[in-house]
Amino acid sequence: MGFWEVTKQLADGFGVTLIIFGITLLCSLPLGLVITFGSMSKFPPIKWLTKTFVWIIRGTPLMLQIILIFYGPGLLFKMNSLPRMTAVLIAFVINYSCYFSEIYRGGIESISKGQYEAGQVLGMTKSQIFFKIVLFQVVKRIVPPMGNEIITLVKDTSLARVIAVAELVKAAENIVSMRSIIWPLFYIGAFYLAFSALLTVLLNLAEKKMNYYSG
Amino acid sequence: MAFLEVKGVYKSFGKTPVLKGIDFTMDKGEVLAIIGSSGSGKTTLLRCLNFLETPDKGQISVNGDKLFDSEEPPYSDREKREKRLHFGLVFQSFNLFPQKSVLKNVSLAPGLHETSGKKLTKQEKKEILKRIDDNSRRLIDMVGLSEKADSYPCQLSGGQQQRVAIARALALNPDILCFDEPTSALDPELTGEVLKVIRELKTSDRTMIVVTHEMNFARGVADKVIFMADGIIEEYGTPDEVFGAPKSEKTKSFLEKSLER
Repeated sequence: MGFWEVTKQLADGFGVTLIIFGITLLCSLPLGLVITFGSMSKFPPIKWLTKTFVWIIRGTPLMLQIILIFYGPGLLFKMNSLPRMTAVLIAFVINYSCYFSEIYRGGIESISKGQYEAGQVLGMTKSQIFFKIVLFQVVKRIVPPMGNEIITLVKDTSLARVIAVAELVKAAENIVSMRSIIWPLFYIGAFYLAFSALLTVLLNLAEKKMNYYSG
Repeated sequence: MAFLEVKGVYKSFGKTPVLKGIDFTMDKGEVLAIIGSSGSGKTTLLRCLNFLETPDKGQISVNGDKLFDSEEPPYSDREKREKRLHFGLVFQSFNLFPQKSVLKNVSLAPGLHETSGKKLTKQEKKEILKRIDDNSRRLIDMVGLSEKADSYPCQLSGGQQQRVAIARALALNPDILCFDEPTSALDPELTGEVLKVIRELKTSDRTMIVVTHEMNFARGVADKVIFMADGIIEEYGTPDEVFGAPKSEKTKSFLEKSLER
């Protein structure tokens, strides 16, 4: 089996990896903010429910969550199990929303009370204060921790393999076991490295762009 | 009827009483200095006037408009936002918006007030924002920072930042401009430029309340002085009365200690 054939098969796997990565990011970024508002709610039941949920999701392995979401409905309620890819996406979106929500919360809480008060005495509404003053400062502060989490997500996508979703690692494994060759495993390492390098460059650009002010 | 009327204002934080019945009045164009040691309640009083704290009891009105009355149901958020604009506040720690230029710091709030929630054509909106920008530049010029209009707060010294904060507060043209220890966070050599701006505002007949530790400034600029101690107004009068011939023992000992420094 030649290099190009392997590349073609791995590209299919990489496509799946990219879908998991893209959809997780796209859904978790806004959903994380919703969870943040929940965990910062002034209404105690919502606050504690959200906090407990985040604790459970962050305190258990993502792999376990994928397995439970895929097998759980069938084994617990005799329902049809979800399509594999759907189960993976649900698990990833929930898991990453919780991680992102904690990063958002840290960012929002790091903004000094004085910024809110300055907005208040200027007669601004709560939402004007949040969107016109606070949000940008939060974004600037959370780009570095967010970057870490996003790079982790690149590699976490390989966990989808646990329920036999043919992402990059699974695709390589298939070739390895069928053809008894080892190099595709090194090859996919290069895929991950190239992708995370690209993201690192983009994240650094974003950081630089927001560095026009300090504080 | 006095311009500002404060009657029987009480405020506690938890079980700690901070204001124990504050009464005073103020006329238009007057400059009032509030002095007193830390913990005497002067900042809390200023924050009550600016709606950053809600008094437990009492009444506050400006120019006949009732801003707070503990006997009546509280105002809605929208009413509060309108009423609080009677006052402007300059903070001890400036609290400029770090990601916005000097010009934008000054023009942001007026721009939002005049454009948000209103049906305007693009052209109308542009004209309004242009007018606000011009006015903001005039205020920035007035505090002596016309060359810094496009700088960011982090590029300015503390004194310059505080002058921007003053311009920002003036942009909404408040009836009464309040200063909460405006020079306390500044290096000594920078306090002068900020006090100079406040002095200039006095010549334009602006009504101001200044909480300060700068005794010479209070004596030189204020028309009336309030000395606060333990949550009450211990002494009230003209600077000559309060500084020259204090009646209360507490005032005397406070002034002696402050002048030693």
